[in-house]
Amino acid sequence: MSSIIPAELRYTESHEWVRANDDGAITVGITDHAQHLLGDLVFVEIPEVGRAVAAAESCAVVESVKAASDVYSPLDGVIVEVNEALADNPELINEDPYGEGWIFRLKTVAALDGLLDARAYEAIAVAEDEDDDGSLANPKLVE
Amino acid sequence: MAKRTPLYARHAALGARLVDFGGWNMPLHYGSQIAEHHRVRRAAGLFDVSHMTIVDFADPAPTRALLRYLLANDVARLYPGKALYTCLLNEAGGVIDDLIVYDRGESGYRLVSNAATRDKDLAWIAPIAERFGAAWRERDDLAMLAAQGPEALARLEPVLGAATMAAVRALKPFHALEAGGLFVARTGYTGEDGVEIMPPATEAPELWDRILAAGVAPCGLGARDTLRLEAGMSLYGSDMDETTTPLVSGLGWTVAWEPKDRDFVGRAALERQQTVGVPQTMIGLVLEERGVLRGHQHVYVGGHEIGQITSGAFSPTLNRAIALARVEAGVGERCQVDIRGKRLPARVVKPPFVRHGRSLIE
Repeated sequence: MSSIIPAELRYTESHEWVRANDDGAITVGITDHAQHLLGDLVFVEIPEVGRAVAAAESCAVVESVKAASDVYSPLDGVIVEVNEALADNPELINEDPYGEGWIFRLKTVAALDGLLDARAYEAIAVAEDEDDDGSLANPKLVE
Repeated sequence: MAKRTPLYARHAALGARLVDFGGWNMPLHYGSQIAEHHRVRRAAGLFDVSHMTIVDFADPAPTRALLRYLLANDVARLYPGKALYTCLLNEAGGVIDDLIVYDRGESGYRLVSNAATRDKDLAWIAPIAERFGAAWRERDDLAMLAAQGPEALARLEPVLGAATMAAVRALKPFHALEAGGLFVARTGYTGEDGVEIMPPATEAPELWDRILAAGVAPCGLGARDTLRLEAGMSLYGSDMDETTTPLVSGLGWTVAWEPKDRDFVGRAALERQQTVGVPQTMIGLVLEERGVLRGHQHVYVGGHEIGQITSGAFSPTLNRAIALARVEAGVGERCQVDIRGKRLPARVVKPPFVRHGRSLIE
């Protein structure tokens, strides 16, 4: 199974992707690799706008037919926008994980430098595929 | 290493997501579990269930005596071609496994039980069978395919031929026939019409290919689980196990109390439980808000915990979360389920949730 890993994005070990926006905020979602492993998404619990979150803090939950998984904030910041469309259409994450399936936007002053680049994330994803037993190898993502 | 069915190469070639299931490497889905679920409700799907345990007893007379003692349901209710769903109990009335027994007339009886319970089932049955002089053998030379859905029988017509299909159509639910080296039963685990076919393992790949070519979509065990839950059917290991009796598992209807003088394993324990009062009951739950019900979530009424969910899932047919839960007897129409620290309202319903493609809970 090969998944899409856009070169221009940053990533976390817990399978979030991060896009830097022009306004200084970042957009966060889960990777194509993660949505593949989770299977059909059926429910997304999105955070409240205005909530302050710390890096690696759980701030959303994605539930697939298989399991509920936490989504972690990649950096310290404040939630400034959430993808309300996911309430009615959680499958957007399966269909377009890097576009319509975005989960939240975060206002942050933290640098993105500490996050993984596409090449480093790909190494994690490939290692998991080789070790694929039906669950995500990174225990942070699966409850 | 995980065991593989005769169809493993077919699953791999179809791009199935393969996972460990009771020691077997089985297809979870072939792309989308939800699409496969809908396919079975609306048209027809094909499942490889060759991991199930098949045991044949050749000699009818001693086997009949054995099974009347071994099983909580009574094979005296059977006649050639009829099938029976039953629990296999221990002396405490706990459920060792659930299984289907087929009456094959002069050919004896066939038991089909779960995959993950194979070793303990056989270890339990072997010494008792020996006492009754009932010889048995495991049929790992057979595969098992389930073709399920409203279009399943029509799609099978060109595969099995008009003569066989005429006989299959004449079968009532929970009946079976044998034709052309195939065992075909009108049984399943989806709440839809369909058949389970047990061909020789060597012939299974070709039969699988021909059924797919006839327009039946391959479906994985993920869809099988949501289909059976919608149909209100129990899953061994989740909804019941050796620590629970059929009476607290929504399976009291499978216990044959009559005739009163039939001695079967677990009978005394079940009668004691009935005398002192059955403490729990199985209910269906429908979550009234968005979210997903899962096994082991706690169920509350008025701040008091009354039990736990045993099986929960998002129901693709109903587009909401449903569950089976074991709770204190006497629950009303409403309860709450704790999901990640929040208590969300749920409605109590009587399973099944869905039968033959239609909602039964509105």
